[in-house]
Amino acid sequence: MDVSSIFGQLLSGLTTAMFLFLIASGLSLVFGVMRVLNFAHGSFYMIGAYLAWQMVHWLTPSFGSFWLGALAAALGVAILGAAIERLLLRFLYGREELYQLLFTYALVLILGDAVKATWGTQQLSVSRPPVLAWSIDVLGTTLPAYNLFIILIGPVIAFTVWLALTRSTAGRMVRAAAIDREMLGALGANVGLIYTGMFVASSFLAGLAGALVTPIQSVVPGMDVSIIVDAFIVVVIGGLGSFWGTFWGAVIYGQVLSFGILIFPGFSLFSVFALMAVILIVRPWGLFGQPIR
Amino acid sequence: MIARSEALLQRLPWTLIVFLVSAPIPWLGSRYDTFLGTLIAIDALFAVSLNLLLGTTGLVSFGHVAYFGIGAYVCGILMKTYGVAFSLALPAAALGAALFALVAGFFCVRLIRIYFAMLTLAFSQIVWAICFTWNDVTGGDQGLPEVPYPDLEWMSAIPGFDGLRSTDQFYLVTLVVVAASLAAIRRISLSPFGRMLTTIRENPERAAFIGVNVRAYELAAFVFAGAFAGIAGALFGISSRGVFADFVYWPKSAEVMIMTILGGMEYFWGPPLGAATLVILNQQITSWTEYWSLALGFILLVLLFSFPGGIVGGIVAGYRYARHRLAARRA
Repeated sequence: MDVSSIFGQLLSGLTTAMFLFLIASGLSLVFGVMRVLNFAHGSFYMIGAYLAWQMVHWLTPSFGSFWLGALAAALGVAILGAAIERLLLRFLYGREELYQLLFTYALVLILGDAVKATWGTQQLSVSRPPVLAWSIDVLGTTLPAYNLFIILIGPVIAFTVWLALTRSTAGRMVRAAAIDREMLGALGANVGLIYTGMFVASSFLAGLAGALVTPIQSVVPGMDVSIIVDAFIVVVIGGLGSFWGTFWGAVIYGQVLSFGILIFPGFSLFSVFALMAVILIVRPWGLFGQPIR
Repeated sequence: MIARSEALLQRLPWTLIVFLVSAPIPWLGSRYDTFLGTLIAIDALFAVSLNLLLGTTGLVSFGHVAYFGIGAYVCGILMKTYGVAFSLALPAAALGAALFALVAGFFCVRLIRIYFAMLTLAFSQIVWAICFTWNDVTGGDQGLPEVPYPDLEWMSAIPGFDGLRSTDQFYLVTLVVVAASLAAIRRISLSPFGRMLTTIRENPERAAFIGVNVRAYELAAFVFAGAFAGIAGALFGISSRGVFADFVYWPKSAEVMIMTILGGMEYFWGPPLGAATLVILNQQITSWTEYWSLALGFILLVLLFSFPGGIVGGIVAGYRYARHRLAARRA
């Protein structure tokens, strides 16, 4: 194994990691604030991918069709998230976790079939946006510009969300809601609105991740149930509900997966699930989280 | 009068009655009925084994399919690769699942609530990853096709059993195994041990205060649940003539959970009823549309929002309401 292949593996791991961060960040935000583990987050991601394909398909000859399509897809998923939270999910906040889990699983079932009914079961693909259709050589490894873009957008989004959470009034409210929902309500804040806002933001991130994955992976039914488990692993490694934890969790996951393939070919799948189990056993609250009260 | 008939209703040996009612299906029904009966019996056992954790002990396991899958693979590998007899492969499947449940459960019962659910999910995905990638033993993504039927020729020697097809014979074997397992689980949940599990569900702190080793009890429940899921998995592998990695994929865990809740997890006969309902609905709905998941999703939504007690919970509530109205009218 020489330097260039290690470097190549590192970069491919980092690309996977930033993707997973885009998906897992929304999952982590919703869990941190609302204590709901959202299985349907993977479905939102899948719908984002399909909507992006559809928008790109319609807009194609025009300039910037990919970027407009991605944005429209993310917004569409955000609207879907708003409808689900307002019409259904909010009635389940006081209920046991089991019912919340099964509710989000019901969404997985319904949205999965809705996607099949709308777009069929064949693989769809989106070509890379022309602006990023080049690649560079770094230390003997070819790095597509699109992957570079993904590696950069992860930290940008992480930083943006972190700024919003720590420096804005709305962010302060969100953090307060995560700590003590009832007290915040007693002080006159509209906790229901904060929850809706959180769910919408999380859906937006899932839709965006789905849209941005289309140039790298083909869009197929079933991408929802496989990605959600990956996102769970990331969130568990970093710590359920810990935002920066999710970021570093994604980085660790990406590297374990990428070097796992190199070191134990065929057992990289096993290694990431084993990592998840070990972390839950040793530090259930994750590497960067805090034990819940 | 009402109280006495209620007590009588509860004392009836229901497992035996259900067994006796469903045993003649191969003689009275069609080939399809036998197929459906086998499926229902297996899923009923799977759901009841989950309910030992979910309803009895209050542990939300999101990885119960791991033990089902291990049972299916152990039995399938022993019978297909090594030619072991079914009468040995079935207990081996239960043992294999129980052993893995002992290891996984040892760690899982140390965690609470959502962490418990996540760790059970992680263990089930580990099992899936192994089944999916270990080509030499499990067949990898190709699975293990053509698991042989057990040798049931001896059955034809019994008068009245000679005209049966091998699927009919296997249905009868399944029915006997499932009925015995259900009786055992019923016995476990009504024993002092089972009562203590329910105490733990209601209030683990208080159970610990009175000197109960909560983790040890939970672990024991976990192992029992795993073993019975393993039996169900072994039967399923044979009845579907092959074992595939899909058997162990996580959505299956959600499916059995839906069965349990659909029937009603507070009642022993809830999960079997839920399993029967779901299997029959699945057959009916898939016969005229491919969108079974969509239908299941809507069933689940109705269940969660309108009947959180499941079918049996709904029936009991309706019965209590009727009795209350009747008593009010008399007075």
